[in-house]
Amino acid sequence: MFKDNRFSFFKALQLNRMKVWLVFAFLVLMLASTLGWSKEAVPVAEDPEVEKRMLALTMDLRCLVCQNESIADSRADFSNDMRREIRQKIKENKSDEEIIQFLVDRYGDFVLYNPPVKPTTIMLWFGPILLFVIGFISLLTYLKRRREQIEEVPLSEAEQKKADVLLGKKKR
Amino acid sequence: MMRYLIPLFAFIVLAAFLLVGLTLNPRQVPSPLIDKPAPIFQLNHLHEPEKILSSTDNLGKVWLLNVWASWCVSCRDEHPLLVELAKSGIVSIYGLNYKDERTTAMQWLKRYGDPYAVSIVDADGKVGIDFGVYGVPETYIIDKKGIIRHKQIGPVTADSLEKTIVPLIIELQKQA
Repeated sequence: MFKDNRFSFFKALQLNRMKVWLVFAFLVLMLASTLGWSKEAVPVAEDPEVEKRMLALTMDLRCLVCQNESIADSRADFSNDMRREIRQKIKENKSDEEIIQFLVDRYGDFVLYNPPVKPTTIMLWFGPILLFVIGFISLLTYLKRRREQIEEVPLSEAEQKKADVLLGKKKR
Repeated sequence: MMRYLIPLFAFIVLAAFLLVGLTLNPRQVPSPLIDKPAPIFQLNHLHEPEKILSSTDNLGKVWLLNVWASWCVSCRDEHPLLVELAKSGIVSIYGLNYKDERTTAMQWLKRYGDPYAVSIVDADGKVGIDFGVYGVPETYIIDKKGIIRHKQIGPVTADSLEKTIVPLIIELQKQA
């Protein structure tokens, strides 16, 4: 069929029926054996309740090593330690506030994704609203001034007729 | 005139903020422990595991606590400086061997020199957490009353030694 032998490579790939069946049988066997091994996923911690609380807490805490990840998401060693520490504190029946205070005492407000309102964080909390208000006021004054600048020129008779024609209005 | 000046002014303000932002290092999180008492600890020595160093043992003198580990690459950068500082006799340096293996830690000290008056072992990193350690190496200056006066995050450099650490140590040593 082909004059040159460049395509013999593809011909060689065409398996005969026997080979296809053998490969198929092999795959089935492989899959079957893995099915035998799989079982229910093992929970990460012994106590799912502790894990749930730990996750809820660490979602809002910053990993200091990989600063754009929460401690819950991060795989850094630092976060592993923090999770371990928090799990233990939960088991010791510490309240959420106590656990968060424990971290803030050591690492500062920076660990909190939800920082408290303090003199140092006022700009952080209210800066965006301030910017919005400034922007809104300047938009209003700009629009007002613009309206004052625009003079309404009524159409002349001829222009009105032309417009009516263009708009396909019937003569009244 | 004003309509050109206002955007220019806004641009200058924005540029100033960005310029300041460039000089800041987001990795250096200010520690809330500065000017607070150093955390209480009792840890075993690295070389003589039966001995214990406690946080109150160093009251009455200014000392450095250097957090290090054999797995920490940038600890190697600062290490010659620490060895030199220890030799100068200005201050005694204590090592907090952080989450390390005892034998490898000791080999590491043999290889690169041991500037530490004592190295203590924090195998699971719990005391490290109390000190707010998050990036090894870290160095703390602790005064005679056991209060943390300075924290160096990341390796000590010749510059930071000269400009901050040594002057502060000398000043603290003068205090009663």
